[in-house]
Amino acid sequence: MNSQRQSPIYKSRLLQPVAERSPETHPLTWRLRDDGQVVDLKEYQSKEGYQAVSQVLNGHDPGAVIAAMKEANVRGRGGAGFSAGLKWSLTMQGGDIPRGYIVCNADEMEPGTFKDRLLMEQQPHLLIEGMILAAFANNARYGYIFLRGEYVESARVLSEALAEARDAGWLGPDVAGSGFDFDIALHTGAGRYICGEETALLNSLEGQRANPRAKPPFPGQSGAWGKPTVVNNVETLCNAPAVMLRGADWYQGLSGDGTDDGGTKLYGASGLVNRPGLWELPIGTTGGELLELAGGLRDGKKLKAWLPGGASTGFLLPEHLDLPLDFDTVGKEGSRLGTGLITVVTEDQSMVALMRNLEQFFARESCGWCTPCRDGLPWTVKLLLALERGEGEAGDVELLDKLAADCGPAQTFCAHAPGAAMPLETALRHFRHEFEQGIRQSKGKPHGDPIPVGEV
Amino acid sequence: MEQTPVTDPNTIATDGFRLHPDDEAAMREEIGHFEQPQAACIEALKIVQRRHGWVPDDAITAIARVLGVGPASVEGVATFYSLIFRQPVGRHIILVCDSSSCFLTGFDQLRDALGEHLGIGLGETTADGRFTLLPVCCLGACDGGPALMIDDDVYGPVAAGDLPDLLEGYS
Ligand SMILES: Cc1cc2nc3c(=O)[nH]c(=O)nc-3n(C[C@H](O)[C@H](O)[C@H](O)COP(=O)(O)O)c2cc1C
Ligand code: SF4
Ligand code: FES
Repeated sequence: MNSQRQSPIYKSRLLQPVAERSPETHPLTWRLRDDGQVVDLKEYQSKEGYQAVSQVLNGHDPGAVIAAMKEANVRGRGGAGFSAGLKWSLTMQGGDIPRGYIVCNADEMEPGTFKDRLLMEQQPHLLIEGMILAAFANNARYGYIFLRGEYVESARVLSEALAEARDAGWLGPDVAGSGFDFDIALHTGAGRYICGEETALLNSLEGQRANPRAKPPFPGQSGAWGKPTVVNNVETLCNAPAVMLRGADWYQGLSGDGTDDGGTKLYGASGLVNRPGLWELPIGTTGGELLELAGGLRDGKKLKAWLPGGASTGFLLPEHLDLPLDFDTVGKEGSRLGTGLITVVTEDQSMVALMRNLEQFFARESCGWCTPCRDGLPWTVKLLLALERGEGEAGDVELLDKLAADCGPAQTFCAHAPGAAMPLETALRHFRHEFEQGIRQSKGKPHGDPIPVGEV
Repeated sequence: MEQTPVTDPNTIATDGFRLHPDDEAAMREEIGHFEQPQAACIEALKIVQRRHGWVPDDAITAIARVLGVGPASVEGVATFYSLIFRQPVGRHIILVCDSSSCFLTGFDQLRDALGEHLGIGLGETTADGRFTLLPVCCLGACDGGPALMIDDDVYGPVAAGDLPDLLEGYS
């Protein structure tokens, strides 16, 4: 059938050509090449690369880096939106406190998210430079990039870049001739979504099972091997060089007036859109603008709902398409910005089937430590499967309400269960009738026709 | 017993396992990256798996010896992580993404097509030991959904019609 079709090799790509990107407006991606080849050390250095490190390590004190990051209001791009500068200001350092670690969270596994992959595969030195700045600010002695095992291409590119940076003196005993010593090792994982939770990640880094740790103590007080440790997402760290080079005011000015958050964001869209992809845009861009960039929905389909930033965020409706996608605005709608890559659901796709798929994911990926998560999530799967087949019993939807509430914030050891609860709670709220249909048609017509997708 | 040779427990030749000297050296080098040897555990398991395809019982004890920890802590780690295989697998691993974006763009159809083509379901290995088919969390290729990975290669979007040519490349 598809005899002329090429082998569909997947390649990470940004959907904005070089001509549309500049250092002043696209701090994360302006150097990326249209051919998608990696920006190597030589090219990176010729495009302002490592200038922030040279200047900061040879002229500023660590406090100035923290102050600039705070003022720029770079909020954590791993999904929680915590201010990076504030986090860094809380790291224990000084006196007889041992120097600790910078850990880059490159475990990207949130369903619907494909942004960190681009930064690592095509521009590894920006991440390395960001980590050096973070190390300087937090007095870290060593860095780890915790990369998910399936990112084979990222691992290859990062290993090469780390060697290049070491040879050029950007890593090692005397970084940029400043006397500051810092080096980075690449650690590749072996699967399991929970490794992305920052304290589970530290256990995994130490070679243990990836169960989360109790907080407090926070990693900044006692992290890897009991030392002060800063965990930041890839994209968060990639923001640091431009903030230091161009200043917090410039960074703040990148985002529109409608938002308090600073800078740009790697936004994306997937699902049945015409042009799924990634764009670097001012933070506060709306879902509607993303849908437009993505060329609208396939086959003239209609939008039913969307997830703003991955599987663990709450469903939004078409009426929310005009909202600026920043952390606070999305939070006010009972959802979260999460990773900022939207997933669209079309009118003809079943919320019950999708919810079943989501909860299967969360149930499988639970680390098993606490009861609401370990036992509650498989129970939601069982109920959702029954509703999907039109075999639900009276009371099932209320039971789902209760299970979602039991997994809500602050009832479990980590944020995995709340992440499972949020899409469920919002789906039950906005699309209750779909779930109830699975009961009323008891033993009748099954609810879940296969998800219609059209031509792939 | 109608089991295929690769999944027959009787053929799990654990006692034949010998840690290759190069692999032991690689493990010792990895230990140097961390404050404590236990941290090299995941990489050690992956080193064994790269040469052997999977991790037999005797490899657990061998790794424990190199790291200077108890076998139970190595086994605890080996069984936690989804990409560490504690039983024989095929020569090639197909990881098919079953997460939300791929679910919305055709995971069910892709899984069924794979099943039809290979004659196996998720979690199974073909009788000739060529492929093992496993589900995986979001591959970070959602703009190319439905996506899958064969060994180190990522593909997407993959239509049912692409499979014959695609799988041909892995003998
Ligand atoms: C279940 C779970 C999975 C997570 N996965 C990731 C991930 O893959 N990548 C990531 O950067 N953050 C992930 N996080 C968030 C981290 O715990 C943490 O907030 C983040 O790494 C902090 O970095 P940031 O402040 O720069 O965002 C996850 C959180 C939870 C609860
Ligand atoms: S909420 Fe779930 S994933 Fe998190 S610690 Fe509890 S059982 Fe583990
Ligand atoms: S959901 Fe399949 S690659 Fe992301």
